Amino acid sequence: MSTPILSAHNLVKHFNAGGFGAARKVVRAVDDVSFELAPGETLGVVGESGCGKSTTARLLVQLLRPDSGSVRYEGKVVGPELPLKAFRSKVQMVFQDSFASLNPRMTMIDAVAFGPTVHGMSQSDATRKAQDLLDRVGLDPSRFGGRYAHELSGGQRQRVNIARALAFDPQVIVLDEAVSALDKSVEAQVLNLLMDLRRERGLTYVFISHDLNVVRHISDRVMVMYLGEVAEIGPAESLYSAPRHPYTEALLAAMPSLDPDRRTMEAPLAGDPPNPIDPPPGCRFHTRCSRAFGPCSSQVPPSHTVGKSHVAACHLNSVKEQVA
Amino acid sequence: MLSFILRRVLYTVPIMLGVSLVCFALVHISPGDPLVSILPPDASVELQQQMMAIYGFDRSYPEQFLRWLGLALQGDLGNSIATGRPVASEVFNAVGNTLILAVTATIIGFTLGGLFGFVAGYFRDSWIDKLATAISVVGVSVPHYWLGMVMVIIFSVELRWLPATGAGPGGSSQWVWDWEHMQYLILPAITMSVIPMGIVARTVRALVADILQQEFVSGLRAKGLLDRGVLAHVIKNAAPTALAVMGLQLGYLLGGSILIETVFSWPGTGFLLGQAIFQRDLPLLQGTILVLAMFFVILNLLVDVAQTSLDPRLQRG
Amino acid sequence: MAVTAETVAHLAKIEKSQGYWRSVWTRFLRDKVAVCAGLVAAGLVLMAIFAPWIAPADPLEGSMIKRLSPIGTEGYPLGADELGRDMLSRLIYGARLSLFMGVVPVLIAFAIGAAIGIAAGYLGGWVNTITMRVLDVLYAFPSVLLAIAISGALGAGILNGLLSLTVVFIPPIARVAESVTTSVRKLEYIEAAQASGASSLRIVRDHVLGNVLGPIFVYATSLISVSMILAAGLSFLGLGVSPPNAEWGLMLNTLRNAIYVQPWLAALPGVMIFLTSISFNMLSDGLRSAMDVKQ
Repeated sequence: MSTPILSAHNLVKHFNAGGFGAARKVVRAVDDVSFELAPGETLGVVGESGCGKSTTARLLVQLLRPDSGSVRYEGKVVGPELPLKAFRSKVQMVFQDSFASLNPRMTMIDAVAFGPTVHGMSQSDATRKAQDLLDRVGLDPSRFGGRYAHELSGGQRQRVNIARALAFDPQVIVLDEAVSALDKSVEAQVLNLLMDLRRERGLTYVFISHDLNVVRHISDRVMVMYLGEVAEIGPAESLYSAPRHPYTEALLAAMPSLDPDRRTMEAPLAGDPPNPIDPPPGCRFHTRCSRAFGPCSSQVPPSHTVGKSHVAACHLNSVKEQVA
Repeated sequence: MLSFILRRVLYTVPIMLGVSLVCFALVHISPGDPLVSILPPDASVELQQQMMAIYGFDRSYPEQFLRWLGLALQGDLGNSIATGRPVASEVFNAVGNTLILAVTATIIGFTLGGLFGFVAGYFRDSWIDKLATAISVVGVSVPHYWLGMVMVIIFSVELRWLPATGAGPGGSSQWVWDWEHMQYLILPAITMSVIPMGIVARTVRALVADILQQEFVSGLRAKGLLDRGVLAHVIKNAAPTALAVMGLQLGYLLGGSILIETVFSWPGTGFLLGQAIFQRDLPLLQGTILVLAMFFVILNLLVDVAQTSLDPRLQRG
Repeated sequence: MAVTAETVAHLAKIEKSQGYWRSVWTRFLRDKVAVCAGLVAAGLVLMAIFAPWIAPADPLEGSMIKRLSPIGTEGYPLGADELGRDMLSRLIYGARLSLFMGVVPVLIAFAIGAAIGIAAGYLGGWVNTITMRVLDVLYAFPSVLLAIAISGALGAGILNGLLSLTVVFIPPIARVAESVTTSVRKLEYIEAAQASGASSLRIVRDHVLGNVLGPIFVYATSLISVSMILAAGLSFLGLGVSPPNAEWGLMLNTLRNAIYVQPWLAALPGVMIFLTSISFNMLSDGLRSAMDVKQ
């Protein structure tokens, strides 16, 4: 891979969950997460709720400061080597809640124009740019520009949020469950818009979702997270057709298939994930894994390269290596 | 539960320290030399310095504060400048009278307010609800010291039914629970009860309306089964909040009794404060405020603990 | 890039929706009780401003032979006070100091309390913890007691009264400001603004203030009624405004001795305090429900 446009290096983020001294509890939201993004590619991120997807997204766009680890943009560490403000205009984010992401007291045109004015554009230029962008995301600026968030539908609001992110002329957009709250038909339209924009502008996406069908549709590569760790990461095709981590297998099996003959009846993933305050030792998935064996409950599985840019953190792969 | 109580008590300690710091500061924000009111105007410089040393005013503020706090913890709040008697005993005598007044007022206000609120919440949007709402708005907007004057005008001056001022016949300051004394209590207690009545009525109305809207209650209501069981349920659910409001209101009345006590010359802490202000008796002012504020802090603590034991869901905070 | 005529023409075409405050105003006008209360409050303010033109007599000039004239005396429609001054004129003039002492502390406390609360709420973390713990100490006093304690220590005087009432109202306003700001800060549009690279000051100015000042202000208006009662109460105790000024609380205080001679005359200033307090109370209730409706 050439120089990655954006990369995460051993990101760690723990949240305080109350208690003091020895009784202090922390939620291990993100624990040692690393990955790279090539320019123009789309990385899908999947996992159950509470697995650290959203925290990873916020670390990536520097809305949260990691406890340790770093984010690099084009190889430069954000902060010491690349000023934060310059980074801000390169990497933008679209949030899940389209309503909460818009200031209820701002018109849509002002909401989109706000970003450019922060980066020194004049108000009138920013307004004109906002109009063009609203037009581009499919909203007539003369009809929608003067409205407030509560006067728009969910799909229209999310288009505004995309326009707002685009107003910075970013290279990377992190989409945190950006289409999850939308109706299926609207979701498809917004997905098409995102894919058109990606082609037109050569954008790089980090696409976070719990919907594996949608992730497969839009992503070049997919990263599977479990309890704050990366379980498996690899090209969408090989990960979906030949998963190398039982958790990925289970997620795929639980996925509602579009083909009625292949729908499974049994729920392969029983119960809720364990509490991230006190994750299980060894492999964090072993408590729910149907194929757990000897080392799983005590040893943290190393990352095994299992194919071309395909990595999985599961002890089963070391068994396979030995057998091979 | 036990850990909650412990945490809540521990949290109260810095608050108490802060409260005493504020009370300590009161004397020092007051303009002029703190000794002015003690010394004769023609006192010599030596006498002045001597007195400064005796009262400790020549030391640094932190030193003075610690000294003052240490004495206060032993029950020594200094001496009143006007009477020369220990502040602690003056306050102690007055607190009893204030408690008699405030507790009576709380009971009256809570009973009437609870009744109004309950009826209003039960028959929502009826004329009786509107009346109760109006009464509660009036209750929180009326200047209670003026209401006291109006009460005196009606019942003492015009009708001559009840005595206007004092706490017993012939200016007696020893309280006895007999009719002779109790008729002195009626007007101030009713006046004071108006303060919590409006708030209690408002709270109870909202609570009752809310509980009645819960599905199973409205289901029972639809079947016409509005019996004692439903009433008991409503009361049981409304009680913790209502009790908490009552406890807090009692605290406000203890601290806010000064204006009403002044109107009725009721010999409580408020009256004492009035005297302290009138005579610029700073030690008396400081001591009374300290005792009342501590009462309020402790009452808050008790209300929190009591409310949490009645309704453990509240424990998270 | 210059703004061309074409751009301006294009900009002009954007139809702007009815803003939030206009819809609040529309809803407020539908609330008859609140509108009446607003009119009474406005009337009181106008009375204070135009007192010299409305009042029939000089509020400070008394006549010894007219002392404690009853209500309805010729030339003294509301009687005369204990120094023979025209009661009506004193009540009209009294609106000036009484409203001033009641409203100004809330306004100052609103400015200071909102600034403290918004800063604590937006910054969060230890700044928040320390600020709120310090305020908790002041909050631990019943408001009447704190006001009396401070002005009792400072002594009588308008300025001392203003100061003590302001100190009393800062903690509750700051608390409300802090909780409103904390809930707004967690919303994603604030995160989006942070991701834009804007400075904290700019985010607070452009995104936080517009969404928190409304609720904080409504809360502050609900305190005006309390403040009116407290301010007059201070003067009633001999703190706050001093004689011979016309102020309703002080008038109650000096007329209290006349209660056996002209009882209803003595009660008149309280009617004004009550009227002011209840109209501000209902006005604030109306404002709150007009702003409460979810969009």
